[in-house]
Amino acid sequence: MLTTAASTPPLHSPVLEEGVKGFISDWSADQQSFKKVTWGKAMMWIFLVSDTFIFSIFLISYMTVRMSATDPWPHPSEVFALTIAGKNIPLVLIALMTFILISSSGTMAMAVNFGYQKNRKVTFILLIITAFLGASFVGMQAFEWTKLIMEEGVRPWGNPLGAAQFGSVFFMITGFHGTHVSIGVIFLIIVAIKVYRGDLDNERPGFFTGRKGKYEIVEILGLYWHFVDLVWVFIFAFFYLW
Amino acid sequence: MSKTDNQQHPISTYLKIWALLFVLSTASYMVDYLDVHGYLRWSLIIIFMLLKAGLIVAVFMHMMWERLALMYAIMIPPILLLTFIGIAALEADNTFFTRSVYFLKNLM
Repeated sequence: MLTTAASTPPLHSPVLEEGVKGFISDWSADQQSFKKVTWGKAMMWIFLVSDTFIFSIFLISYMTVRMSATDPWPHPSEVFALTIAGKNIPLVLIALMTFILISSSGTMAMAVNFGYQKNRKVTFILLIITAFLGASFVGMQAFEWTKLIMEEGVRPWGNPLGAAQFGSVFFMITGFHGTHVSIGVIFLIIVAIKVYRGDLDNERPGFFTGRKGKYEIVEILGLYWHFVDLVWVFIFAFFYLW
Repeated sequence: MSKTDNQQHPISTYLKIWALLFVLSTASYMVDYLDVHGYLRWSLIIIFMLLKAGLIVAVFMHMMWERLALMYAIMIPPILLLTFIGIAALEADNTFFTRSVYFLKNLM
């Protein structure tokens, strides 16, 4: 190394360029394009892009189906209304679910922060609150499905309210999102246990991958959880409000 | 391996964004509650949706602090979806048209 150091430039420039110049030099790098991101985080991002495409395809097919339906589309505002204390409030359950999911995103973001501060106790509590909010979201969704199936008679192949496609789109999209939330809750509980046991402080190898525990996994989990919230923003806008 | 940075930002940033997301969600719910209709409804829904999505990705998912190389790799592919939406809309119009013609023919 001492002999060649004078003639050959270092493999990694110690100073990373910013802006477009940095973008070009990062992408033309011979080893690694994502300079300040570990592969775990980059892989989660790439998974999320693929998941974006899956949800987009669902939403685009929903658009196609809704535009081409000749029967009137059921009015979501009325379908998802609830009667509370004798008053009929439109879409109230869905609004509540939206606030719950946003709150869980807030507690998740704070869990990531306290994780990097190596504050085990607060990180654990925040993760558990996030998991609890996620679970209550799924619970409310189960209530919503039950109401729609039992009381309104909505089926994937038809319903008494209007266009038959309403049911199939509804069960497909909210079902797929609910599955994501449920998997997220399991993921949250697993990471919460790791935090509680001190696995991330002691770099204890994981049970599946055998990789050393690091607080970065809280951030990676956070990316997934925020994505679930992000998808809900789009479902709320296009399916429930449109 | 190059040095990786932890995403460390003040808690107050998250709390502000959280509050903002609450306000935006309330606003989009109000669109339905106040029964706004037509183009105003659709544009309000999309504006609030994009603002919420932007805040979540930029701040909660820390995208605004990432390097441009990652930002572009993640944000550019979904733009392709716009093309897909366009194609699907054309297809849907066509299906609606053929269905309408077919049903009209049956009525006569």
